[in-house]
Order: sequence, then structure tokens, then C-alpha cells
Amino acid sequence: MVPFAGYEMPIQYTSITSEHLAVRGLAGMFDVSHMGEFWIRGPGALDFLQHATLNDVSKLKVGRAQYSMLPNDQGGLVDDIYVYRTGESEYLMVVNAANIEKDWAHLSTLTQGFEVELENASDFFALIAVQGPHAVQVLQKLSDTDLVSRKKNDTFMGKVLGKWARFARTGYTGEDGYEVFVAPDEAKAVWDALLAADVTPCGLGARDTLRLEAGFPLYGHELTDQTSPLCTPFSWVVKSHKEFHGKQALLERPCQRKLVGLQVEGGIPREGYRVLKEGREVGLLTSGTHSPILKQGIGMAYVDSALDEVGTALEVEIRGRWVAARVAETPFVKL
Amino acid sequence: MNYPSELKYTKSHEWVRLEGDVAVVGITDFAQDALGDVVFVELPSVNKTVEAGEAIAVVESVKTASDIYAPVAGEVTEVNSALADKPELLNQSPYGDGWLFKIKVNSADLSGLLSAAEYQAVAEGQ
Repeated sequence: MVPFAGYEMPIQYTSITSEHLAVRGLAGMFDVSHMGEFWIRGPGALDFLQHATLNDVSKLKVGRAQYSMLPNDQGGLVDDIYVYRTGESEYLMVVNAANIEKDWAHLSTLTQGFEVELENASDFFALIAVQGPHAVQVLQKLSDTDLVSRKKNDTFMGKVLGKWARFARTGYTGEDGYEVFVAPDEAKAVWDALLAADVTPCGLGARDTLRLEAGFPLYGHELTDQTSPLCTPFSWVVKSHKEFHGKQALLERPCQRKLVGLQVEGGIPREGYRVLKEGREVGLLTSGTHSPILKQGIGMAYVDSALDEVGTALEVEIRGRWVAARVAETPFVKL
Repeated sequence: MNYPSELKYTKSHEWVRLEGDVAVVGITDFAQDALGDVVFVELPSVNKTVEAGEAIAVVESVKTASDIYAPVAGEVTEVNSALADKPELLNQSPYGDGWLFKIKVNSADLSGLLSAAEYQAVAEGQ
């Protein structure tokens, strides 16, 4: 167990590799109750979110969810988030656990001039993510709400073990599955029922290897208050046809380096390792691990913009050795 | 956790088995369990001269990289090349097929190393 954003969380229950493979092959579950949840309500909720987030919230229908980001006024990011439209003028924002207080303070400063109310509901939700090719059919056994025919990024109220919960067909593994928001005192019963249905409990270790294989960023690593999303593969989130907080700074910020995926032959890349081109430093690893599916080292790195083409041959410095690496497509695995 | 009594140990979680003047070295059951799934092993060059306590190998699990120290001084005579393709042998058989390297020792006196009981106290006391 390790302390994480005020919670005690397991790195692994049994082994990172076996938990990882369970999610890719069958079904695994994650207790991600540490994530933060904010309600955004009121007649000005849409306009407020258009101002505070980068994606186009006007495209979001009731019962749908979108990945997005909170820009600062320096061309960097306060956080990356998920926005769920739960009603005509009601949205739920899910934020990173380590950023709850920072995001809350930031969003509170932006509400002026908008008819909107924010509520920090982080303590009122437990969150269980059930992920993998069999996840939906297993979860369906605990629910008489139709889960199977819903689409990716759908969100709705339904029942699990006879109790109301919010379902979202979203996740952080690249697999099909649901994230289920339940009342904290009902979480254990849901977890135990999934355990009895042979869903594999997964810790923070597998959560990280799965998201890396899927090519997803982690705030504090790939995304920070100093990084522009326009210099990453997630630039699609930025909808520059609308106005938003810090827009000019974001659009004017140049990309000296770009975020790429790296595949490494004969070593495990780790955060902070140097990326070289014929011995010259051209970048830094922001995350790295061993891919249980590819059985080789993978990572993400900011490298000089001219070197961001898939296939570009580079090196990663691992304990003084130069190990061959190449810029790779993300996701690293077929999902 | 398994601590074979015929082996000698270090505080840094290596084990040593003396075969004539050659020390076979690996990591303990306790160490492999703490590291988790081993996915990469970096071994020393054969013929390398090593000092006791010198970091000469690296074992990487999914979680982390960990230095392995030479428990005794001498010359590396052999490394376990099977680990290149099957690093998981360290988890499956830490005292057998998962051995790391062999050192031709300068001195067969291993009295500076720990007994199984002493090592167990160190490992479980942490």
C-alpha cells in the first residue's frame, strides 16, 4: 500500500503483469474513489464550461461524456478532466485526485459573470472502474439496467445490486468497460459482487501500464502547468473555434518539443531518462514502463519537434548505456 | 518465504552458494517477492573483476530498477544467459534457474556474510 492523494492505495493486489493481462483479456476492476467530482449547475453552466475547458461542450448532449482539459493563462494546463452532461443545465466534472484543491480554487476564480453553481462532491462518490473485453457482460449480471447496448462515452443513472448509481461507459485502460459512481457505503458490496464474479482487482501499477500502452497521458507527467496540449497527440481536445480562458497564450505558445511514444529495444525506459539522437540530448522521458503485451520497454517523451515522425531512430540513456529506441504510434497496442 | 539454510546472504538481498572456489549468486525469495514481476536483467561482463559490495547487475521489475551487488570479491566467470529471454525465472525459481552470475572468489572465507536465520531477521525486520 502507498499513500496517494490522501488515500492508501495498493500498487498491486497480486502482480502488475497478471492484473494487466486480466484487463486486456477478460475483466479487471479498479477502486478509483480518490478521483475528484465537481457538480456544475445552473443556466450559465454551458457558457462557464465553454470558458473554463478546451473541448467544445456545446456538442455534448445530455447523457454523453467528453475528455477535456483546464487551460491556465500561460498556455499550460491546470488539469485534464472528463465532463459528463447529466442534465439540461447540469454537468459532472471528474478531476485528478492530486489536483482537487487546485482545480476547485482555479474554477472558483472563473465563475464571475456566469450564472453557475459549483459543488465539490468528491467525498460523496466512490468510483469503481470495471474494464476489459468481458467487463460489460459481467457488470450486467449485477444490474437490471441495460448496459450492453450503450455506446462509448454514454452516461446514465441505473441500478447496481438494486441501488441507484451513475454509469459511464468510459475508462483509462483502452478497453471497453464502465466507470460506476456509487454511494461510498455501497461500494464494498459492489466490489465484493464483482470479485465473486471473478473480476480481477487491479492496483495503481496496472493502471499505469494499461494507460501507457493505450497512449493516454497522466497529469504531472505528460501534461503539466508548463506544457501545451498543442504539442501533444491530444491537440484534438483544443477547439480553437470557440473562446476560452487563456486562449491567446495557448495559441501563441510555440512547440520546441513534442510529445511522442517511444518503443525501446533491450531496456526499460523510466521517467526522467534522457532521449538522445546520435549521442546529443534531444528530449526527456515523462513516463516509461515495460509493456506486458509487447514484452518490451515503452514510454512517452518530449523530443525536439523535428524528430516527432513515427519511425525516427533515437536512443534512450539507461544507466549510462545508449539503448536503441524509435518513435512509435500510440496506442502502442491494438485496442 | 523461503530461506534455504545451506546458503549465505547479504543485507542487500543477494544469496551465495559456494561451489569449490566459485560463488553462485542470485536474489532471495524475499527480494523477488518485493520487486514483483521481473521483466529485464542487466548482467556483468564475463571476466570482469569485482569488489565485494560493488553494484554489478540490475534487476528491473515493472515497478522499479534495483541494483545487485557482488557479495564477494573475485572475477565473474559466467552469467545466466537464460534470463535474457526468461527474466521471469527470477520470480519462479530465485534459488535455482533464476541465479544471476558466478564469481571465482579471491577468498573462500564467507564469514562476513549472513546465515539464513540472520538474513531472515534482517528481511522481515524491515
